Amino acid sequence: MSGAIYTRRRLTNGAGLGFAYASMAIGLLGLAWILWTLFYNGLSAFSYDFFFNSTPAPGSADGGMANAIVGSLMMVGFATLVSTPIGILAGIYLAEFGATSKFAAVTRFVTDVMLSAPSIVIGLFVYAIAVATVRHFSGWAGSLALSLIAIPVVVRTTENMLKLVPGSLREAAFALGAPRWKVSLAVTLRAVRGGIVTGVLLAVARIAGETAPLLFTALSNQFFSTDMSQPLANLPVVIYNFAMSPYEDWQHLAWGAAALIALIVLGINLSARILFRNKVQA
Amino acid sequence: MDDPMGTTASAAPSAGARGAIDARDAATAAEQALARRVRRFAAQDSLFGWVTFFFAALVLLGLAGILVSLVIEAWPALREFGVGFLWGTTWSPTDEVYGAVIGVYGTLVTSAIALLIAVPISFGIALFLTEACPLMLRRPLGTAIELLAGIPSIIYGFWGLFVLAPVLQEYVQPLLIATGLPIFAGPPLGIGVFTAGVVLALMVIPFTASVMRDVFETVPPVLKESAYGLGCTTWEVVGNIVLPYTRVGVIGGVMLGLGRALGETMAVTFVIGNANRLAASLFAPGNSIASTLANEFAEADPVLHIPALFALGLLLFVITIIVLICAKWLTERSAARAGR
Repeated sequence: MSGAIYTRRRLTNGAGLGFAYASMAIGLLGLAWILWTLFYNGLSAFSYDFFFNSTPAPGSADGGMANAIVGSLMMVGFATLVSTPIGILAGIYLAEFGATSKFAAVTRFVTDVMLSAPSIVIGLFVYAIAVATVRHFSGWAGSLALSLIAIPVVVRTTENMLKLVPGSLREAAFALGAPRWKVSLAVTLRAVRGGIVTGVLLAVARIAGETAPLLFTALSNQFFSTDMSQPLANLPVVIYNFAMSPYEDWQHLAWGAAALIALIVLGINLSARILFRNKVQA
Repeated sequence: MDDPMGTTASAAPSAGARGAIDARDAATAAEQALARRVRRFAAQDSLFGWVTFFFAALVLLGLAGILVSLVIEAWPALREFGVGFLWGTTWSPTDEVYGAVIGVYGTLVTSAIALLIAVPISFGIALFLTEACPLMLRRPLGTAIELLAGIPSIIYGFWGLFVLAPVLQEYVQPLLIATGLPIFAGPPLGIGVFTAGVVLALMVIPFTASVMRDVFETVPPVLKESAYGLGCTTWEVVGNIVLPYTRVGVIGGVMLGLGRALGETMAVTFVIGNANRLAASLFAPGNSIASTLANEFAEADPVLHIPALFALGLLLFVITIIVLICAKWLTERSAARAGR
């Protein structure tokens, strides 16, 4: 009688754990499958032409991604330059000045909403304010859309990191007569430097692969250009256009570009993790 | 400015031979200098406070700006179609008739399929990582799952179109069609609403799994150990201790995943088939709000088509905000409980 109960409980437990193992296996196999096809198809596209020639006309063999790589670097770089100071200052406000205020609570909430808002809606917004008004697509508009996505990431990490600084550190600085701004910038912010660099890196990783907000802000450009006031080629949109095209050499280039983006994003994510782990231990 | 301690003031010269008056003058001068410095600090502090406040307000204004600009841009379409936009079943740029149902249906159905697949698997992964995994592997495996969450969605879409869709077409869809159910009818095209849901599920799994793992880790070890001490199996501990304790947080995590799935653009656009029609079968091509925007916006006619697309975007934004508010409310309740 009781033996039957034990057997049933053991079987249920075995089935449950088996399900957990299977889920984990599915997750890891998915990761391995995606990365394998990506690098199998993509790495073979890497060549001198890939990095130093612009996107080709269909059928011509020596095309590359140079214009898209440069365009992406410019837009992501500019977006990072804009969003880092804004995000850090807003984060300082939330952590140091607005700990209890209603305004800070609302801002915190809005940041969380923006953090998971659909990126294509951000693209719509930027189209309305920066493309429709000047009547042409531009690299600046794309960069603006990317910074709007990056800012909430930086704000949230900055605030969370500053909250980890022990209050006694602030009090010690105040007791020495340091003004508040100096305590914020030279004591607390410096104490969590590593964490904030991590936050900025994660923001870069997030925007490096963003496609949807660029579709109707930066659009794309067939030719090599560094003019931010004109449509600008960028890796994600070129991947989208080339992957959907019927030409095999274009699809091959798209695999290469996708592998490049994946390498960059995974590299940034991994280094951010390693960096942050060392900071925590130190 | 570089002298916050006021050391120069206290070191004011007072040669002993000059008498008490000189010393008193020096003292007042020092006091005045100190007062000036304190005032300057106060001014700098308040300036700094206002600068940081300004940037925080900028973030807040961002959301308001998005909502306002979407409403303004969508206005011509909203005026033309009124509330009927919400239940109009036609989306036809050639006839200039626009209704939201096709997009909303595609968005909701793909997200529902994604959650149906992703929630049990995420739960399994979280269960494995917190209860069954050897300690040594816990960290690397957890990191691998988090890395999967960081892969850009365009790569999921690209992979879905070229790798997953043919596999589903060849092996999975014929089996489901053989069941004879009306939702699995029609030819196995590979692309369509069903495939979009599967790709979305793969995208959402790492995200919900990480959230669930974090929530599971808030369960006090004492509770679990007591249950194990009474002789419970791992499965019974999870069912009777971990899940009831973390219920609210788990639902919050699922809602966060839903928020992702609803607004996801690229992973869906590649594989959904981009057809503006309603079909009962999940294997038929369709369109979600995000994929409609991605496909049609750049070539849309500014008179009515673009406003209609803005109205769709507004609808998507409102839906995701509601889902996110629920998610946040639930996760915060769970966090408050864990802190108790």
